[in-house]
Amino acid sequence: MSKLCSLSEAVAQFVADGDCVYCAGFTHLIPFAAGHEIIRQGRRNLTLARATPDLIYDQMVGAGCAHKLIFSYMGNPGVGSLRILRSEIEAGRLEWEEYSHFGMITRLQAAAAGLPFLPMKLTGAEDLEHANPQIRRVVDPYSGAEVVVVPPLHPDVAIVHVQRADAEGNAHIWGIIGEQKEAAFAARHVIVTAEEIVPEAVIRSDPNRTLIPGLVVDAVVLVPFCAHPSYTQGYYDRDNLFYLRWDALSESPEAIQRYLDEWVYGVKDRAAYWAKLGTEAHQRLAVAPRLAAEVNYGQY
Amino acid sequence: MNPEVSSAELMTINSARLLRDGDVVFVGVGIPNLACNLARRTHAPNLLLIYEAGVIGARPSRLPLSIGDPTLVSGAAGVCSMYDIFTLYLQRGNVDVGFLGGAQIDRYGNINATVIGDYAHPRVRLPGSGGSQEIAAWAKRCYVMTPHQKRRFPEQVDFATSAGFRGGAGRPAPPRAVVTDLGILEPDASGELLLAALHPGVTLEQAQANTGWSLRAAAQLRRTLPPTALELRILREELDPEGIYLK
Repeated sequence: MSKLCSLSEAVAQFVADGDCVYCAGFTHLIPFAAGHEIIRQGRRNLTLARATPDLIYDQMVGAGCAHKLIFSYMGNPGVGSLRILRSEIEAGRLEWEEYSHFGMITRLQAAAAGLPFLPMKLTGAEDLEHANPQIRRVVDPYSGAEVVVVPPLHPDVAIVHVQRADAEGNAHIWGIIGEQKEAAFAARHVIVTAEEIVPEAVIRSDPNRTLIPGLVVDAVVLVPFCAHPSYTQGYYDRDNLFYLRWDALSESPEAIQRYLDEWVYGVKDRAAYWAKLGTEAHQRLAVAPRLAAEVNYGQY
Repeated sequence: MNPEVSSAELMTINSARLLRDGDVVFVGVGIPNLACNLARRTHAPNLLLIYEAGVIGARPSRLPLSIGDPTLVSGAAGVCSMYDIFTLYLQRGNVDVGFLGGAQIDRYGNINATVIGDYAHPRVRLPGSGGSQEIAAWAKRCYVMTPHQKRRFPEQVDFATSAGFRGGAGRPAPPRAVVTDLGILEPDASGELLLAALHPGVTLEQAQANTGWSLRAAAQLRRTLPPTALELRILREELDPEGIYLK
């Protein structure tokens, strides 16, 4: 059954005010276009969960979409601070719940596996455990030693960007695979955005590359260049200049508003955004091919 | 010493020298990445680089500008999920060396990358742990690189993002060295950081004046060797020609 729809239809149907949203991707495949569509549709009171909030959540919080952040590393990767999130937290205007990366993804893994909690070995660092009551300890019934545990994290909706998917949502991902699979299985609903929609036969030609099965997917959306200024391995490069530019731009509320007006509210969709970026950016972010050796599955 | 050697170059070169051929290293971007790739091009060609983003055996052909840079993936030996990197590699004990940074490091090696001031009412909110809580605990050796400044070396950190040399239970292996732009600090048997080595031209008094507790020198205070022409050439011409991290 085809689950193809537009991004605005997918967001309208599966992202509601007050939801917990997980936009997946550890610096790779971050679904910026979906974040922008959520901003355009004026969602409010969201809980935004991501290991690395990245610019996408800085922008969504700047646009007033969220009341709470769940995270494990709140920086502009390779640049410095996420200024909006930092100033909102310092001003006491944004709630937050914090883990180490391992604690954060263990919450997703527990949810994805249908478990009530998952243990981790002790690290000797206890301050975060004292600051966050969701991080607890239990006694290992086998050794008698204590382990740290975290509860499952079930986002209302996970948004996962992929290189290619079929109309049912079977999705191929390559490059850094971060927490995409765990987020998709953990969430109640899943929106897949894809650089390309391909025939089912393409997916079936390389089943080992299917990270996310259509089984858990609710909506499939064709969104080329969805991840800019993040990147899609083999399709376009990370726009490091934009990450630097955001650092300067996000210092001023007026500049943030101008950015949102021009690049989010002022464009209809990702195609318009990409066209607006212009040929200089298209050329700068273009990537030369580097193909893998072929794989022979055999004819059985 | 060559007066033109920057603080970042000094820390990078001295950290690279701590790596051993064949080490499995959990690498971050910035100067840890440069230190690892310098070691790989000099005395440790068999270093295995693992990046937090889930890349095993990376051989970046350009300078990675974020922890998830696509250059880490192309040509790597393998890629895995974040859950796998933290469980199969780090928690399982398959990582020899981790690199850490932070805003503060105290007398006992606790590192703060989370907050200045009160956690619930932060004066300065920092990025937080990322991988550092587990890297500090589970890598067999840990190296910290940080400029040597009094505000970065308080008697006690505001928040222990990762545990130091005498952290709580479950702390299997202590970090081994803090590399600064003045010298190298190492823990004694009690876990207190002592000044173990000074870089060329630096005095004990300088190091003490830039430390927030009364820094003691180890019984045998060493001198690091100045950066070699080869080390500087590789860093400046091959690894960071635009001086993004090393200026």
